[in-house]
Amino acid sequence: MAVTPVQVTGTVLTIRRVDAYHALTVVAPAVADRFRPGHFVTVSTGGPATATLTRRAFAVHDVKPDYGGTVEFVFTVRGAGTSWLAARRARDTLDLVGPLGRPFPLPRDPCRCVLVGSEYGSASLFALADVLQGRGCRIDFVLGAASADRVFGALRARRIGETTTLTTEDGSLGMRGQVADVLAGVIADTRADVVYACGPRDMLRAVTAVAIELDIPAQVSVEEAMACGTGLCMTCVLPVIGDDGVTRMVRACAEGPVFRGERVRFEDVGTIPFDALGAPRGLGGMG
Amino acid sequence: MTTTGTVDLRAYLGHVELPNPVLTASGCAGMGRELAQFADLTRLGAFATRSITMAPRAGRPTPRMAETPSGLLNSVGLQGPGIEAFLEEELPWLAGHGVRTIVSIGGGSVAEFAALARRLADATGVTAIEVNLSCPNIEDRGRLFARDGSSAAEVVAAVRGATRYDVPVIAKLAPDVADVVAVARSCVDGGADALSMINTPQGMAIDVDAMRPALAAGSGGLSGPAVRPLAVRCVWQVHAALPGVPIIGMGGVLTGRDALELILAGACAVAVGTALFHDPNACPRILRELEDLLHERGFDRLADAVGLAHRPVLRNDLKESSL
Repeated sequence: MAVTPVQVTGTVLTIRRVDAYHALTVVAPAVADRFRPGHFVTVSTGGPATATLTRRAFAVHDVKPDYGGTVEFVFTVRGAGTSWLAARRARDTLDLVGPLGRPFPLPRDPCRCVLVGSEYGSASLFALADVLQGRGCRIDFVLGAASADRVFGALRARRIGETTTLTTEDGSLGMRGQVADVLAGVIADTRADVVYACGPRDMLRAVTAVAIELDIPAQVSVEEAMACGTGLCMTCVLPVIGDDGVTRMVRACAEGPVFRGERVRFEDVGTIPFDALGAPRGLGGMG
Repeated sequence: MTTTGTVDLRAYLGHVELPNPVLTASGCAGMGRELAQFADLTRLGAFATRSITMAPRAGRPTPRMAETPSGLLNSVGLQGPGIEAFLEEELPWLAGHGVRTIVSIGGGSVAEFAALARRLADATGVTAIEVNLSCPNIEDRGRLFARDGSSAAEVVAAVRGATRYDVPVIAKLAPDVADVVAVARSCVDGGADALSMINTPQGMAIDVDAMRPALAAGSGGLSGPAVRPLAVRCVWQVHAALPGVPIIGMGGVLTGRDALELILAGACAVAVGTALFHDPNACPRILRELEDLLHERGFDRLADAVGLAHRPVLRNDLKESSL
């Protein structure tokens, strides 16, 4: 489980548009070698004298053996850092750190898995699907987004999955609604044993609620804002219940990004729950 | 070009000799294990822990971080497991790996600082203690110790009194005070063996899309190259007033040049903070760059460069040019 990350200067192999997103492939054999599904990488943006000091974290979409090992991640332009990244071209270099975080735990025996992705969170599910299929698992996909051009990986999902259910909020592709709306039906139809999910916080919360309702485990990969990705800055924390039943503010980058869904106190993200370890006293907390 | 071994890089904090002047800044290097994945911590001048508190602390709500031009705003709120867990798990790991460790402590009262120092007094593996004076004093309506010379001096004196004679006590100063030299002088009078500066000044950012403060806590500490001129000014002023007091300079050091700037202003050692978020290998790189820069400028010893920017301008230079 404990994989040692490395910092490398990788060469950009390709950058391409995929619907509403950008997909960037970097040659980084040392990162590719160590990769397990669920890992993420961080990149430095802006070049050597950058004014954007925090690293950008991205779930790994794919690793391939070409050129000794390549890593691909998917992103959307949100600010100065990601627009710099979108302007990279083949043969540019990129400061890459990875693989980082706790990967998806894998079942020991073959089982039936529903993989749920929202927006470009879907990107991290395909490497997982390959490994699960290699272990004889059945894969079903539920992918969704606000609109058709923001659903990532629908074609690939159709190729790999036994079934693929798509949702869009505007109804432009698949069912109208969100992934969690159709999830209960998919779990029932496929008699799924486990749910894997990646996407925005509200979606993970809703997916976890469905999994709890149907009494199957959910492994969720969170997308919290990070400054370093390496566990140093303590800014990507969220309240998670530990094995001992105690809630702690844990780092999404180091203890996550994959958590058991029912352990994450989604409704308390953005607060310090009064019963969390070390919560401010005087609020009836643990004192 | 390699210049390894040609410059004497030793730095001194009181009686303690460090093999080189590049340290980590408190609160920016985790508990050590995270950084050890990338760089050998024994090669650091010293490793500074995040501020250790008496009780476990969950810290502030999220969002805790906002990126600003060449800077970073944060309000982590000293999240940590408390001193007992630190002494049981974190310090023994650092000591066992031979890491020179500066333990930063944070408290809400003079008594709490003294109690933390007492708990550390019989622990092995403490190279120095750094007093985080940018903590709110609960006995003074939350006013920061660093903003009041007399309460800062009281804290330093209490910690000095509870600490073994051979462990230096470092007072960490804030830049956003009326007179940083006065606070520095009070701390030295209170028994500080060395000073470190700067802690993060308070800043704020507002998310204009959400039309709310970017941080849950409203304001936060600003770090990164954006604050480097503040750090250089503080180091310069304090070194001019107290030339015999060792200063650990910090604030936006990203490169060897930045480290040299603080050294020329009067710092005998330099701590790297926000740069570690950007580049986990920053410390060894900065040390290499600093050594090359010193070598290029003909220095045999780091100590000869400390405060060198204070030297008087030679009148001769002017005469020759006017001939």
